[in-house]
Amino acid sequence: MHTVTRPIIIFLCLCLALLLLFPMVGSAFYTGLVTKIMILSIFTISLDLLIGFTGLVSFGHAAFFGIGAYLLAILFGDLEHINYWWSLTLTLSLTGLAALLVGWLCIRTSGIYFIMLTLAFAQMFFYFFFESPRFGGDDGIFMMNKPEITLATRQLVDLDNEHDFYYFVLAWLVGVYLFLSMILRAPFGHVLIAIKANEQRVRALGYSTPHYKLVSFVIAGTIAGLAGFLEAAHTSFITPAYLGWHESGMAIMMVILGGMGTLFGPVIGTFIVVLLQDFLPNFTEHWKLIMGGIIIFVVLFLPNGIAGLIYSISNRFFSRENSGREG
Amino acid sequence: MSEIILRTEHLCKNFGGLKATDDVSLEFERGKVHAILGPNGAGKTTLINLLSGELLPSSGRILFKGYDITDARPEKVSRIGIGRSFQKTNILPGFSCLQNCWIGAQSCLITSMRFFRPAKHLRMVHRRADHALQLCGLSNKRNQIAGTMSYGEQRQLEIAMMLATEPELLLLDEPLAGMGTEESQQVTALLKELAKEQTLILIEHDMDAVFSLADRITVMVDGAELETGSVEQIRNSQAVQDAYLGHDEEDAA
Amino acid sequence: MESSFYFIQLLNGIQYGFLLFLMASGLTLIFGIMGIINLAHGAFYMVGAYLCYWLTGITGNLFTGILLAIPLSILVGYAVERLAISYLYRRDHLYQVLLTYALILIANELQSILWGNDVHSVPIPELLRGSVQLTDNQAYPVYRLFISATCILLAAVMYWVIQKTRLGMTIRAGASNREMVQALGININWLFAIVFSMGAALAAFAGMLAAPVNTVYPGIGDNILIISFVVVVIGGIGSIKGAFIGALLIGLADTFGKVLLPEMASMVVYTLMAAVLFWRPQGLFGKV
Repeated sequence: MHTVTRPIIIFLCLCLALLLLFPMVGSAFYTGLVTKIMILSIFTISLDLLIGFTGLVSFGHAAFFGIGAYLLAILFGDLEHINYWWSLTLTLSLTGLAALLVGWLCIRTSGIYFIMLTLAFAQMFFYFFFESPRFGGDDGIFMMNKPEITLATRQLVDLDNEHDFYYFVLAWLVGVYLFLSMILRAPFGHVLIAIKANEQRVRALGYSTPHYKLVSFVIAGTIAGLAGFLEAAHTSFITPAYLGWHESGMAIMMVILGGMGTLFGPVIGTFIVVLLQDFLPNFTEHWKLIMGGIIIFVVLFLPNGIAGLIYSISNRFFSRENSGREG
Repeated sequence: MSEIILRTEHLCKNFGGLKATDDVSLEFERGKVHAILGPNGAGKTTLINLLSGELLPSSGRILFKGYDITDARPEKVSRIGIGRSFQKTNILPGFSCLQNCWIGAQSCLITSMRFFRPAKHLRMVHRRADHALQLCGLSNKRNQIAGTMSYGEQRQLEIAMMLATEPELLLLDEPLAGMGTEESQQVTALLKELAKEQTLILIEHDMDAVFSLADRITVMVDGAELETGSVEQIRNSQAVQDAYLGHDEEDAA
Repeated sequence: MESSFYFIQLLNGIQYGFLLFLMASGLTLIFGIMGIINLAHGAFYMVGAYLCYWLTGITGNLFTGILLAIPLSILVGYAVERLAISYLYRRDHLYQVLLTYALILIANELQSILWGNDVHSVPIPELLRGSVQLTDNQAYPVYRLFISATCILLAAVMYWVIQKTRLGMTIRAGASNREMVQALGININWLFAIVFSMGAALAAFAGMLAAPVNTVYPGIGDNILIISFVVVVIGGIGSIKGAFIGALLIGLADTFGKVLLPEMASMVVYTLMAAVLFWRPQGLFGKV
């Protein structure tokens, strides 16, 4: 179990400061790219709640990302004025419901079955959108307008403005991070982390572990839906590819590369992978070859990811400070 | 005769054609140490697994304080006050000692589906976890990572985790398994201490420990109850000697 | 017309089911015996299809193409097992998923480098080009019958190997209890290498057989991989019998789904899987 030590907190604050300052120096293109990365980070953090903290290897998490995005586009895409509060509430509750249904079926299995089942359900949703002409089929679906965030007729954030959108997403990212660190510190989180370590024993100590896993699954699914909602609002264009298993695979990659079982790891992983995806095609058309090589390298030599590296470095240099702390 | 805390009625468990538990009807008294003896394969661990809900019986009933808990799953059994320790050390190796006990202690909450306040602030849980560690003599190891402790200490932690749930009835599956003499004495002393106030059902191979701890003994052979009685009765029983005591020494030799 | 139309669909479904069985039997054994979740299994299907296309093009004949492609694909399977999979035996499923996912990326890129991104067709040999007349206006291609016949033959051989030979006994023991095989003193590395390369070869062979019917195109292995997983999960991990029943079920469900519910054909398969698992979470023939 990792503890957030003081050097890590300082590191995270530095990162946050960089993100806050970035739009002032970055070009419009890169501001948009970082916005996209932060949206994906929300998604990968939610996946980490399953993989890294609950021990549930979901290979279909992209489904909830896609469902969130599609729900916004389908339910509100044609409206001239989209009420942010309404659209967000409805999208998240329906995505949560989908996660509850899928989770309820999947939680009854474990190990390989769980991996395969989550994958298969994701494929089911993928084909649902892929084959339905009403929702755009494989061409995807457009949104005319962005949600309008107003409070008592006053506009709070203008999502049509790329800078505003950037800070809006950054606020969500910080919010999700804080929310998850809160539930992980709470009694609920303690049980989750123990389930990952030894489910049988946790059951014998009096916890109905399937319920805890299910709640974790629903929380993760809902947050993934939030990321999808933001993505749909950002790009105004959704395709079934968002739900595909390649997306789920890449998301797992981001979590592992960044470091599972930490909340900031997936963010780092997402930044690296997306920047590579953006950068490598400049060199070669066959950049996925390099991507594959990096994944293999990570699996064989860096199983704890970059966060693991950061921890071992910070422990080496600051070991006196954090000995005797626990939590 | 004092109160019966746990009772089994014609309990059976079949694995395919094998009768691992064969028509076992036992009564366990509150406040007593009831040991279950038997050669390897006699079905002792199966019995514990049935009592703790890890396995569901093929037929028969289990009654705890008069309530039918035959179909209860492990979490339910734990919640109503039956704690168990495992024969094969079953701890959370990456966690500190305190964190291991914490999970046990936190089960005193009506539900742990609590998302807001940090768990650290739960004083009662803290007290229970600390108390369990103290009972097992692990207070000075509270921040050590469980996986890095000695085998004997891990066995003690195994018991401490169960104690942290503050059970009324303790099911101990070979708490002395694989221990050296010194460690074994330590744990025997701990069990004696627990026996003063608690009800224990104890599976154990170590005869000396059993004879020094138990109030009553049940001897099992081939999944069935052979004889139940006081220590003296069992010591002097011809049937037991034939079936088990001599047998075991041959095995040991 | 109605009944003969459905009869043709039935034949198509069975033929698709047989191909799925070739994929799924290897996959389920690799799961059951080696404890490996192999996402790269679809890549072997792709390798088979492309080798078949390439070698048929060189030799000018499908049969020689396939005969040459089989040993090559066994070799590819063996190399992948030694160079990549063997590092995963003691690792968590998570890392197996990730590493074999990387193998897919690499395999797809290598395919694109070697053979480009075009769609290719493989000619059916003269001998099998005709079709069988069922009614006045309904005919069934001989090549599809050939696929089914080959698959039945192969399934029979597999049944014989697994039920009657010493290797088969080891495989059965391994699928039901992995520790036992190690305890019996069988060379586990050797067994794993055989199971993996044979599984790979079966998948590749499915790709070769299907190549003339389905054409050969990039990403050809991805879709069938997921369907094969569905088959394995429905049948129960480690069960050849389950893979067989599951493959036929899925083959028929998919084919008839496309005919009867074209709007949601692909969903039929996944709905079927959800239904089976709701009823039996360990699959039809899986152990608890």
